[in-house]
Formats: sequence, structure tokens, C-alpha cells
Amino acid sequence: MDAEMRVLDLLGLQGLIDTLRARGYAVVGPTVRDGAIVHAPIATIDDLPRGWGDDQDAAHYRLRRRADDALFGFAAGAQSPKPVLFPAEELIWRGRRTGEEFTVNEDGAERAGDEGPYALLGVRSCDLHALAIHDVVLLGRDHVDVRYAARRAGAFVVAVTCTAPGGTCFCASMGTGPRPDAGYDLALTELLDDGPHRFLVEVGTPRGEEVLAEVPTTSAPAHDVRAADDAVAWSVAHMGRTLDTDGIKEVLYANAESPRWDDVASLCLACTNCTLVCPTCFCTSVEDVADLTGDVAERRRVWDSCFSEDFSYIHGGAIRPEIRSRYRQWITHKLASWQDQFGMSGCVGCGRCITWCPAAIDITAEAAALRWTPQPAAGRS
Amino acid sequence: MTIQTQALPKLAVWKFASCDGCQLTLLNCEDELMALAGEVQIAYFPEATRAVVEGPYDVSLVEGSVTTPEEIERIGQVREMSRNVVTIGACATSGGIQALRNFGDIAEFRSVVYAHPEYLSTLARSTPISAHVDVDFELRGCPINKHQLLEVLAAYIQRRKPRIPTYSVCVECKRRGAVCVAVANGTPCLGPVTQAGCGALCPAFARGCYGCFGPQDSPNTAAMSDRLISLGMADDEVMRIYRTFNAASEPFRRESERHEPARDEEALT
Ligand code: SF4
Ligand code: SF4
Ligand code: SF4
Repeated sequence: MDAEMRVLDLLGLQGLIDTLRARGYAVVGPTVRDGAIVHAPIATIDDLPRGWGDDQDAAHYRLRRRADDALFGFAAGAQSPKPVLFPAEELIWRGRRTGEEFTVNEDGAERAGDEGPYALLGVRSCDLHALAIHDVVLLGRDHVDVRYAARRAGAFVVAVTCTAPGGTCFCASMGTGPRPDAGYDLALTELLDDGPHRFLVEVGTPRGEEVLAEVPTTSAPAHDVRAADDAVAWSVAHMGRTLDTDGIKEVLYANAESPRWDDVASLCLACTNCTLVCPTCFCTSVEDVADLTGDVAERRRVWDSCFSEDFSYIHGGAIRPEIRSRYRQWITHKLASWQDQFGMSGCVGCGRCITWCPAAIDITAEAAALRWTPQPAAGRS
Repeated sequence: MTIQTQALPKLAVWKFASCDGCQLTLLNCEDELMALAGEVQIAYFPEATRAVVEGPYDVSLVEGSVTTPEEIERIGQVREMSRNVVTIGACATSGGIQALRNFGDIAEFRSVVYAHPEYLSTLARSTPISAHVDVDFELRGCPINKHQLLEVLAAYIQRRKPRIPTYSVCVECKRRGAVCVAVANGTPCLGPVTQAGCGALCPAFARGCYGCFGPQDSPNTAAMSDRLISLGMADDEVMRIYRTFNAASEPFRRESERHEPARDEEALT
């Protein structure tokens, strides 16, 4: 939308939160807990990580005090909005046996919208792109995830431009940031220098415009628009990582038998962290549970991971018993076969798999190494 | 229902070398005990009742490791009397903390600790139940997790496969939204090589995982040790972190031996 840009001050941001809450949204945004930025319910701007920044590197995350009072002065947090819209555990149905009868008396889909609708505050551009990917994966195929659909349909998105990219960020390489370009109702760019603490606001949808009309804003002066552009340019120049996407699909396919997989497998702990923090990873398994009496049965959907051995178990054994084949599966899906499957990259460059890998394995370094690894002769060794 | 007219499956609970904590987990199932009593006949469980119903038993829960010649004989009898043998806890499944003796000299311990060591009949090693008899299912943990125990009991009552995951503790950590203590705080954590089951209890309270549930199905312990050392652990600390409740499980035993100080000295000379 090409509506006029507005400016919001701190009171205005509180007004935005109040307006969303008054409209019935459960506002979820970033906050500090246990030494990291995590998602939590947000009632006031005091819940936000005021004055906190972060240092991120492979297997390394530390909060640090900033010299200013920025509310969004940090990079990608411990999780994207994935756990909000696509929770780690979800009831599909619960049923009860009475005599010879069996009735399903709780349908998870009916409850999926109950906690919300959500207003996601502070969504980064990489994570917006990840949401768009989940929309394709979970809503755009034959079998729609009705629970995700229920949460997603009602969700209001307030995006934030990244003005302090982290040491593991590479959205600029993936074309997914740092400035939100689509998929938001409102987008903020935090401005701290040359004047009061304020936010440039861009409107993305009529719904966003309607909400913003209830909040005190002023018209954006040209120098604020410029300041936001400058902040974006600074971010692009300060990405911690890069990934060369040129022909990346072919690089991965050509390296199916690369000796590099043994190198990475010697480091990989098969712990699954990379997949569980990835905003686009969507693999789950379905579990059936029954209580002791066998009278109450439940079917649940839970996050799973291609790094677990059981994930590839079929009759007779696991298809990927070795860690090397699990890592190969993961990175090849992210950067190559995802393109064939969904017409887009499966990686948005958020850097979480690098930061939160306890073994410091780096997708950008692995992709670069494969590019330079001599490819073995055709055919299996 | 027809089920009520059939005889209830008979449950027995046996103790070997152990602290009783895993049996207590069963007694701690307060809300579920009545339901359990409706589904099984608690036929032998000295920790809970003196009443004894003769075998054979449908399910025998076995706690504890084998550390004496008498226990070798007794576990054989338990096996003969039981349709299914399910071991509960780290002792029964990997030898327990008492398997630390496996790394030492039992004759020496005996002579130092006891005034009359000749009265003592004990084995040189503490071994899991599976070293002596066939085991139908091994439930991990020190102690076992109540929900997992109920799941295993329900599975045997309903004659289905227990749904007990063998992936890492990290999965539970992330599912519950805990912040990784290794990455965000530099705290050494065994979670990546440890099997899930506790619900990531320690990481959720800002502690590193101690490995109570033993090795996960694909434990890359060598890589784990490199990370522990990079987080500041000394070699002998690495050795000790693997030598707790599951010290004698193969992957942990092998890795701990790679970090024995004596070996370092050998390597240096
Ligand atoms: S693969 Fe890694 S960098 Fe890419 S989107 Fe997933 S977590 Fe982020
Ligand atoms: S790449 Fe890292 S985070 Fe992923 S499974 Fe391996 S060790 Fe764990
Ligand atoms: S705290 Fe430990 S168990 Fe949790 S994710 Fe980190 S390494 Fe894994």
C-alpha cells in the first residue's frame, strides 16, 4: 500500500498496543527472559527489551546493554513466531470410549483460534518471509493445516525493520530483508538519533490503516523517511554472514556424494536444534496416546526433525541412520530441493541455525565449502 | 465391557541394587494409582504391600543392577516367571552409579571399606539386567519419568508399542521454549547426546543436562566432548561428566575412558 508514512512516538507505540488489545488481540512480542530475547504477551512498552542488544556467532548468543534505549535494537531472537502460530505440540483430537461406542469429543481445530487472534509485534523481515513460506507449505497444498489456518487468518502483524543485524544474519544475501517489504499490516522503523525516540510507520493493509487511525501519529517529515532508508543501508552493510545463492541448487545436487558430509558429521551432534529454531522447518510427527484405562485416546501433532534417527524410520529401519545423511538431507532441502518442491528457497537467512547450533555448524560456511569442494566422480563410491 | 470379566494382568515390581527411587515413581503416580489398580493386579510389590500373589506375572518391572552372585540367580528366576520384563531406571538399564566400580578395583574397595571383607560376596562389576536375561523394554532415567512409566504400563496393558522417544534432550528443551544454556550462557550441557525423557528439566532451570537418561540413539560423544572443552571444561571434568548414573552405558563409558588423565600422560610420553 502506498499510504502516507506516519511517525509514532513512544506514547504512540503504547497507544498501538492498547488499540490492538482493545480490539481483542493477544499481543505477542519480544521480551527478555533467561538471557535471551523470547516471545511473550506484551501489555506495555516496558515489557519490550528496552536498551538490549545482542552478540551472535556460531554457538554463541549473549545479550548486551546498548548505549541507547532502543526497543528493537537486537537481531533475530531465540525463536521466530513459529511457536505461536505452529506450536510445538498440538491436540488434533481427543476421543472417549463408552461401552462399545467411541466418540471424538474434542476437535483441536475448533480450539486453535481460541487463544487469539494474535497481534505479532516486532516481526523481522526474515520471519515475515518465513511466514509466507509456511503459508505455502501449510495452507497452499492439498491438505491444509486447519489449526495453522485458524491462527494465521486472524493474526495482525506489526513488522520491524532490522537496524541492528546480528553476527549470524544473512537476509541481505537471501533477498528477505532487512526491511519488511510485504506481509505486514504495519511496519515500524525505529529512529533514535536526531530527535526524540520515534518510529516511522508504513501501512501494509487496510486493516493496518484502520488500526493506525486510532493511534496518535504525525505525518512523517522527509528527513525521517531518509533516516529510515539510511538505517536500512547500514544494516545491509553490517550483515554478519553472506551466502552466495548463485546456482546453489546445482551446487548441492552435484555434491550428493561429497566428502564434506563426513567432515560436518564428525561435528554434528544430531541434536535437532537447527531445525527446531528454523522459522521455515515444518516437520512434525503424529502421536497417538491413550490413558491407562484405554478409554481416553488422543492424537497429537508434535514438532519433529530430520536430525532424529526415528524420523526416517520405516518398516525395517531408519533411512538415514548416519548423521552425514541427515545433515545432507537438511541443507539440501533448505537450499535446493525446497526450490523444486515449493518454488522458493527454504532458507530466509535468519541465522538462528548457526547461533543455536551447540556445535557451531554454520550453513553459510557449509554452503561455501561445498561450492569449493572438488566433486567426486559420478557414481557412488 | 467384556474386559472386566477377564482376569487382570498381573504386575510385579522387583528390586536389585538400587536406591528405590524408580519404584517410588510408581507410588508417586497418586492421581493414576486407582486407575492402575483397576487395570492390573498388583501381584508383587513389597515396597507398597506385603500381600503376595504367586507368579507367573504378565509384566515385571525390574529396578536395580546386578552386583552380587545371588542377584544373577534371582534375575533368572524373575525372567522365568514373567511374560514381559521391563527394566526401570539407569541402574537396571545401564548399571547405575554403582557401575563406577567397573572403573576401579573391587578388591581394594572391599578391603578399605569393610572390617571383614571376607563376609562380602560381590561381583567385580555392576551390570544391567540385559547383561543376564532378555529384556522386553528398557525405560531410562535416574529416576524414571512418571509420565513415561505410565505410558509404558498403558502400552503393556493395551499390548501396543510404548511411545518413548530416543532423540536428544534438546528436542524437549526447544519444545518447551527453554533458552539453550550452552549457547546463551556457556554452560556445559550433555543434552545433545542424552536421550529425552525428563522434559529438559535441568536446562529449564538454567542448569546443564547431567545425562540422567543415558545416550540418545545417535550420540556423537566425541564432538560433544570437543564442545565441552571449548566451553572451558578440563579433560578430567569431561571424564567425570560422563561417569554418573549411566557411566557404564557403552557410548558414555568409551568417551569417559578417552578422557582419563592417565591416558593423557601416556599420550604425552
Ligand atoms: S536454515 Fe538457518 S538461517 Fe535459514 S531460515 Fe532456517 S534457521 Fe534461518
Ligand atoms: S547441525 Fe548443529 S544444531 Fe543441527 S543437529 Fe547438528 S549439532 Fe545440532
Ligand atoms: S540447553 Fe542443553 S538440552 Fe537444551 S538445547 Fe541447549 S544443549 Fe540442548
